[in-house]
Amino acid sequence: MDPKTLQTNLLELIRRSSTDMPPDIEVAIRAGYRREEKGTPAKSVFKSMLDSIELSRRKSIALCQDTGSLVWNIYYPDGSEILPVTKAIENAIAEATDKTWLRPNAVDIVTGKNSGNNLGAGSPILHFHPWKKKNWEFSMMNKGGGCENCGIQYKLPDSRLGAGRDLDGVYKCVLDAVFQAQGKGCAPGIPCVGIGGNRDSGMECAKNQIYRKLDDINPDQILAKLEKKLYQDCNKLGIGPMGYGGKTTVLGVKIGTLHRLPACYFVSIAYMCWSDRRGNMTISGNKVTYSN
Amino acid sequence: MIKINLPTDEETIRALHIGDEVLLTGTIVTARDTAHKYMVTEKPNDLAPLLKDSVIYHCGPIVSHEGGKWSMVCAGPTTSIREEPFEAEVIKMYGVRGVIGKGGMGPKTLAACKEFGAVYFHTAGGCAASLAQTMEEVLDVKKLEFGTPEAFWVVRVKDFPCLVTMDSHGQSLHDMVEKKSRAVLEELIKS
Ligand code: SF4
Repeated sequence: MDPKTLQTNLLELIRRSSTDMPPDIEVAIRAGYRREEKGTPAKSVFKSMLDSIELSRRKSIALCQDTGSLVWNIYYPDGSEILPVTKAIENAIAEATDKTWLRPNAVDIVTGKNSGNNLGAGSPILHFHPWKKKNWEFSMMNKGGGCENCGIQYKLPDSRLGAGRDLDGVYKCVLDAVFQAQGKGCAPGIPCVGIGGNRDSGMECAKNQIYRKLDDINPDQILAKLEKKLYQDCNKLGIGPMGYGGKTTVLGVKIGTLHRLPACYFVSIAYMCWSDRRGNMTISGNKVTYSN
Repeated sequence: MIKINLPTDEETIRALHIGDEVLLTGTIVTARDTAHKYMVTEKPNDLAPLLKDSVIYHCGPIVSHEGGKWSMVCAGPTTSIREEPFEAEVIKMYGVRGVIGKGGMGPKTLAACKEFGAVYFHTAGGCAASLAQTMEEVLDVKKLEFGTPEAFWVVRVKDFPCLVTMDSHGQSLHDMVEKKSRAVLEELIKS
């Protein structure tokens, strides 16, 4: 695919990710609306969410003004050239910023200056993965800053929580993280958890859970059970949408694991807000398919 | 639903209580992190008349600039707690009657709301496309060099929807929810 066409397709991927809520998230928001009691702020804020989702989709307006940091996973046929692709992604991002599908979100630490086009040191975040297939796959997410601030990394054992180095300890960490977030990360959120690894791979594992569909089932039966229990118990906290109080505090809980070092037991939690924006594009020859 | 026109006065604000749903109409000013630090350290004069008896909005919008005119494309709230170190001072210095944001604020701001007669208006995080529809006109922008998310946007809004979650009587819905959820948390992680 020539770079210009690729850039046009990438721009469309960004537009979809930023403006079109994934169907599984919308279903969960609708369920939250039904679950909350009549006449409560919780119910009315769910209604506002549904209205705003609808408006964004219809008019191609960004779902949230914080279009987040752009985290990409790119799977490419082993041996392909990736530098021109990096360039095409950067160009598409700058163009999407111009079109107001992205807010300028890259700020220089030292000067405080906003680069104006979302490009800068460490922005965007691109992870390239070679694979044996012939097609390309681009996955991206818009990871907002408010919910990013609710992310946290625990090191077990944790005496404050009475959390030991086992899955029961993990359970306590996730509940504590959701409690600490209250409404600040735009609840109802999706705590995405990475157990194990080191400090950076653990958090990356947590972030990668954001790509999972809400209704998927963890292939590991023990983790599937833990996700379900955490989903139910987080919702007992009563924090509710926006922290207004209510029955819907999380939309789901997703857990991934990595082997750990004998000395380390990290529980890394990436808190994703209800505006869980992600997009996917597959290029096979000249055929392009989008999904989110 | 209570309708409030801006600028407002102390009496109107003192009549509000947590849980009240409010629609705001009038001129508001956006301000977030850099802007708050600037208001407190540089004490700019040009902002004072705009802020007196009006409302600050914690928001870093997406804006468009067409034909020499700015407009709000997408403008939901940002997390307010980051402004906790500054907000009490801002309420006192500028006579602000309310702050719009999300996630609530801490004890210093709550105390300032009580002392000076102000409230915290919570609005729906992530509903940025809808909220921008209530922002009818950008009247001015100050400190654009801070970048579009951090600049002061002076905006005329009509029926901007919010919920009072901290009032001028020392009540905070956020404190109540936190307290309740803490009790549940402790029960769940016991053992
Ligand atoms: S936490 Fe999410 S929904 Fe809330 S303001 Fe940030 S990006 Fe938007």
